[in-house]
Amino acid sequence: MTRYRVDIRVLPRPALLDPQGKAVQHALAALGFAGVDDVRVGKALSLAVEARDTAAAEREAHAMCERLLANPVTEDFVISVVGEM
Amino acid sequence: MRVAVVRFPGSNCDLDALRAAARAGADAFFVWHRERDLGQADAVLLPGGFAYGDYLRAGAIARFSPVMAAVEEHARAGGPVLGICNGFQVLCEAGLLPGALMRNAGLRFVSRPVAVRVEMTDTPFTSAYSKSAIIKLPVAHGEGRYVAAPSVLQVLEDEERVVLRYVGTNPNGSARDIAGIVNRERNVVGIMPHPERVADPAVGPTPGAGVFTSVVQCVELLGGGTA
Repeated sequence: MTRYRVDIRVLPRPALLDPQGKAVQHALAALGFAGVDDVRVGKALSLAVEARDTAAAEREAHAMCERLLANPVTEDFVISVVGEM
Repeated sequence: MRVAVVRFPGSNCDLDALRAAARAGADAFFVWHRERDLGQADAVLLPGGFAYGDYLRAGAIARFSPVMAAVEEHARAGGPVLGICNGFQVLCEAGLLPGALMRNAGLRFVSRPVAVRVEMTDTPFTSAYSKSAIIKLPVAHGEGRYVAAPSVLQVLEDEERVVLRYVGTNPNGSARDIAGIVNRERNVVGIMPHPERVADPAVGPTPGAGVFTSVVQCVELLGGGTA
């Protein structure tokens, strides 16, 4: 078994209003960062996962996202197995 | 007639809910979230608050509390379940109700009375109201914007499962002005407003009391409960 660092990004679905993202976008515009036309605010999770190999670590993280870490109604998730720890 | 009020760490409307149920004539009692049985409850209330600090997502952790297995079993057996505010969020996370509750469109926590229309009176928590009655109930939430896939929203309308709808002002940007819904079997209800906060005549009018008299009457009509 190897210990992998797995990073997970959870973001609100693009089709749904993300008022936090909108507020950040307006704040950026107010600071003069005019070129930003979309901001979405989500969460980043960093996990240490014991698994046989990278694929197993990713499968495990996928199951975690489906059961708990992301809401299937409102959020999408991206998993990256960053490397061995 | 026995009503269980589930307490999660972070529940804060539990005592008001218990008193409102008791005032309606129920034998109401608390059930701690680590319990695995509901003490022969005829009906279950999931109160408002911030269970587990709303960590990860509101209701996401509470939904895996030991007590929730018993709540799910009670619901699947047709027993009445009401989730108020955070309780509604828990029911959505648990999959007992469709959809989800997201950050208010205006980003602010909204705490004030709002007008809602009682759309459906054939649920165990709204039967004491007249259909289409407009009542004022307080809301107090930061994440009350109901969302669901368009197909799910259509099903909710077609099956007449929108129980409460905001009229006039929509405080959170929820889809179709939804303030509360019921499951297909019509025994599990989730609402964002707080009827338990306006159910005691000592502090003013009691437009919320009907939620609790409804469930007491419904259970007694079904022959459940003797207390």
